[in-house]
Amino acid sequence: MRAERGLRRALRRQVLVLVPLVLLVSLWAASLVHAKEAAPASADPALEARVMRVANELRCLVCQNETIAASNADLAVDLRNQVREMLRQGRSEREVFDYMTARYGDFVLYRPPLKSSTVPLWFGPPVLLAVSLVGLWWMLRRRNRLPPEQFENDPIGDANDTPGPARERAGGGDTR
Amino acid sequence: MKVLRYLVPMALLAAVVAFLGVGLGLNPREVPSPLIGKPAPAFKLARLDDATQTISREDLLGQVWMLNVWASWCAPCREEHPLVIDIARRQLVAVYGLNYKDQVPAAKNWLAGLGNPYRATLVDSDGRVGIDYGVYGVPETFIVDRQGVIRFKHTGPLTPDVLRTRIEPLLKELQRAG
Amino acid sequence: MIAEAGHFALWLAVGVTLVLGIVPMVGAQRGRADLMALARPATHVLLGLIVFSYGCLLLSFARNDFSILNVASHSNSALPLMYRLAASWGSHEGSLLLWLLMQAGWAWAVAVFSRNLPLPVLARILAVMGLLTLSFLLFVLFTSNPFDRLIPVPLDGRDLNPQLQDPGMIFHPPMLYMGYVGMSVAFAFAVAALIGGNLDAQWARWSRPWVTVAWAFLTFGIALGSWWAYYELGWGGWWFWDAVENASFMPWLVATALIHSLAVTEKRGSFKSWTVLLAILGYSLSLLGTFLVRSGVITSVHSFASDPKRGFFILVMLAITVGAALSLYAWRAPKVGLGARFSTLSRESLLLTNNVLLLVALAAVMLGTLYPLILDALGLGKISVGAPYFDAVFAPIMAVLVFFMGLGPLARWKNDTLPALAVRLRWAAGVTVVCAALTAWIGGKITLGSVVGLLMTYWIVFSVLTELWERVRPAGGVKANVLYRLGQLPRATVGMMVAHLGVAVFVFGVTMVGTYDIERDVAMSPGDSTTVNGYTFTYQGNQALRGPNYDAVRGHLVVTRDGRAVSEMYPEKRVYRVQRNPMTEAAIDSRIRGDLYVQLGEPIKGDTWLVRIWVKPFVSWIWVGCLFMGLGGMWAVTDRRYRARATSASTEPAGTAATAAR
Repeated sequence: MRAERGLRRALRRQVLVLVPLVLLVSLWAASLVHAKEAAPASADPALEARVMRVANELRCLVCQNETIAASNADLAVDLRNQVREMLRQGRSEREVFDYMTARYGDFVLYRPPLKSSTVPLWFGPPVLLAVSLVGLWWMLRRRNRLPPEQFENDPIGDANDTPGPARERAGGGDTR
Repeated sequence: MKVLRYLVPMALLAAVVAFLGVGLGLNPREVPSPLIGKPAPAFKLARLDDATQTISREDLLGQVWMLNVWASWCAPCREEHPLVIDIARRQLVAVYGLNYKDQVPAAKNWLAGLGNPYRATLVDSDGRVGIDYGVYGVPETFIVDRQGVIRFKHTGPLTPDVLRTRIEPLLKELQRAG
Repeated sequence: MIAEAGHFALWLAVGVTLVLGIVPMVGAQRGRADLMALARPATHVLLGLIVFSYGCLLLSFARNDFSILNVASHSNSALPLMYRLAASWGSHEGSLLLWLLMQAGWAWAVAVFSRNLPLPVLARILAVMGLLTLSFLLFVLFTSNPFDRLIPVPLDGRDLNPQLQDPGMIFHPPMLYMGYVGMSVAFAFAVAALIGGNLDAQWARWSRPWVTVAWAFLTFGIALGSWWAYYELGWGGWWFWDAVENASFMPWLVATALIHSLAVTEKRGSFKSWTVLLAILGYSLSLLGTFLVRSGVITSVHSFASDPKRGFFILVMLAITVGAALSLYAWRAPKVGLGARFSTLSRESLLLTNNVLLLVALAAVMLGTLYPLILDALGLGKISVGAPYFDAVFAPIMAVLVFFMGLGPLARWKNDTLPALAVRLRWAAGVTVVCAALTAWIGGKITLGSVVGLLMTYWIVFSVLTELWERVRPAGGVKANVLYRLGQLPRATVGMMVAHLGVAVFVFGVTMVGTYDIERDVAMSPGDSTTVNGYTFTYQGNQALRGPNYDAVRGHLVVTRDGRAVSEMYPEKRVYRVQRNPMTEAAIDSRIRGDLYVQLGEPIKGDTWLVRIWVKPFVSWIWVGCLFMGLGGMWAVTDRRYRARATSASTEPAGTAATAAR
């Protein structure tokens, strides 16, 4: 009886050691066999990057709120393929955009083309920026030439509470 | 100067409200076609009923014709189909179909079941010709004049209203012009 | 029955808002304390009614009452409870009821937390808020009733849009609406001040906490929306410059200008008319945003079912509300004084520059958003204005703004000189350039955008640190307790610094992810791996699983770095059973140094699938930065000067008490 039990225990020990070992080895072997560096989804990642860059500027006409790069609509896939083919043939990005606008109009471009109708759009903000900064400066200068009576009482007088070494400030000191 | 300060905000408000008001009557989703007034893009496609025969754009010069883009998987096409049949029956214009991104057997079945108003149906299985025509959904309908210039495009199903107010007058005019 | 009760409560609310809008206002004009005293209780009743009404809607969703059209259109019995409840604001009608709830809530908060506002002022403010609530009540009752019945009753609902079945749906709309509607408080304060003629520094101190809290909520709401779009929509981006995103961003820009403008009005009595205009503009943009989303005038991924009739109603509302406010401004503002004097270079002028720049940014965003509509209305064709435009136009304005942001806090009030300011900032400027150069060099790729972005980031950080040092450094050579002085800093100052640092964090995130983002599309069979930026992604295969109301294929990837296990990622492709649209759930592992973003694409052949992998450096800093901005604002609102009680009628009472920080 005891011999049997001893044998069983020895067997169990061996099994406990061998089984994981076998599993490990087979997994490792399997990984050697199947694991590989995954192939890039496209044959030419550089071309694909260009396709995506162009596609990101084109509007999907079906959903209308996505680029054709992001959209899963059939038309978006077709147009992406069209872009890819044109770029692969060596056409320029300008030509791709022209191709698209010839068929779908300016609506398909997320970057509005510069034409007479979009001059206010493109030049408006920079002009506004320049004009408003200059206008502000001019207005401030003019304001400072007004006589003192035009202004209201100064709540903090001449005491200036800029950041500086801590010192007594009137009114429980807060500079904000 | 003071007056300006108080008038400018009001003026801006009025302008914005005016534009928004007009905008309520517009459809922001509709994409106008840049091809109106331009020659119809070239194509050479096989016929649905006889794959060995092809039709090209040149074959259709000299007549006014209508191109109706449809597919068997398109539900609104089904809705407008009776109207297309009616157009063909009344012989208003020669109607050609463009079977867009579809399977030939399914397309044939669809026509067999619902009626075939087309002089011929062209098979555009990869949608390339559709892209050339600026198709972005189905159904769409084009009208091309005798010189092969696109004169009209309608996106979405045809309605009796559009037929009566836009298409029929245009067809009269185009067919009069030699 | 419940739906009818909810509906009836709204009609009762109309009555209450009519009373609230008229009686206290008349009382304030005539000095009748008894009429003015009606304001607070009326506000309480209004909140009670709207809460009750919303509760009825919630209950209907919870109980799957498909006899209500709203429930049938946007819910489903298989939908988990929390989404059934969130679906209450997933529709146009429901979201309007949420808007009303927020509006009533803000009015109640003003009523409760304004112990030290003089009664006439409070009465006018609450009256204006009552009228604003009335306009939305009428809109809901006449065009967008959430309690409409649907006969015959369907067996089950059409389910909530799968993209909305997500925790983001639970937090983003309420937070955003708190911000949108919070702008009505600023509006009400401004209009009340115009009517009462008490536009002064005191008014600014009262308004400021309210505007700051509303601004903070708007910040959180927009950030949540952006974050949600990032992880839910799975296109890898975080801001599309979509019309509805812009609709929320425009009031934010104005609110930011407003809180800074109020700072000057409070401190120096200047900018009063400017501040009032900004307050009016802020709420106007909230209304404009509502209009854009609900009228169908502009296409957007966000639009509710568009209906020109509803659009017309909101447009009229907008025209009347804003037109009335502007008329009031034109009539009363000339009596507003010029405020104290300040020189061409001073903190006031720099804050004024800040306002101008924010408004130019606003103009740019508004122009881009409305331009397609403008051209179409003028018959000049149809164009699209998208991210390429906004990125090109907006970024330079922001760069200039950030430059001034560094100068402002360090400039003296009233009068400063360029040399003095330059001396104070020379250290910060130098370190900024060095750090930006170093970071760009370490990053490996140098572009104009990255350089500008890094300069902006470090400029903010070091100018804030400079200011901090100026405030806590030992005086006169004595090594006094820096820590003590740190602790003594007013909360408003600390809040400002935290918020500005938040901007730096945000800019850093945007710059890094914009410059160093890497995407790789690979075809993977089980066991395949690919390495992106040091992270090795090994595909283990996928399995099918059943969710509560969807079926999915879930992929499994193991990510390691230098042999060490980093994470397990489970991207899914789901098909929701009711609406049957496929959805991708990207797997995102957010870490401090960047996100790993994996999307399961299409099966290519056999068990080989297309897998999209992104490594996005520091992308979460974008939203953490926004979090800091909002938290900074909230902290500033708890400053003791807002919490001090009124001492007597003659002395200046400190402003309103701390609000939603609780």
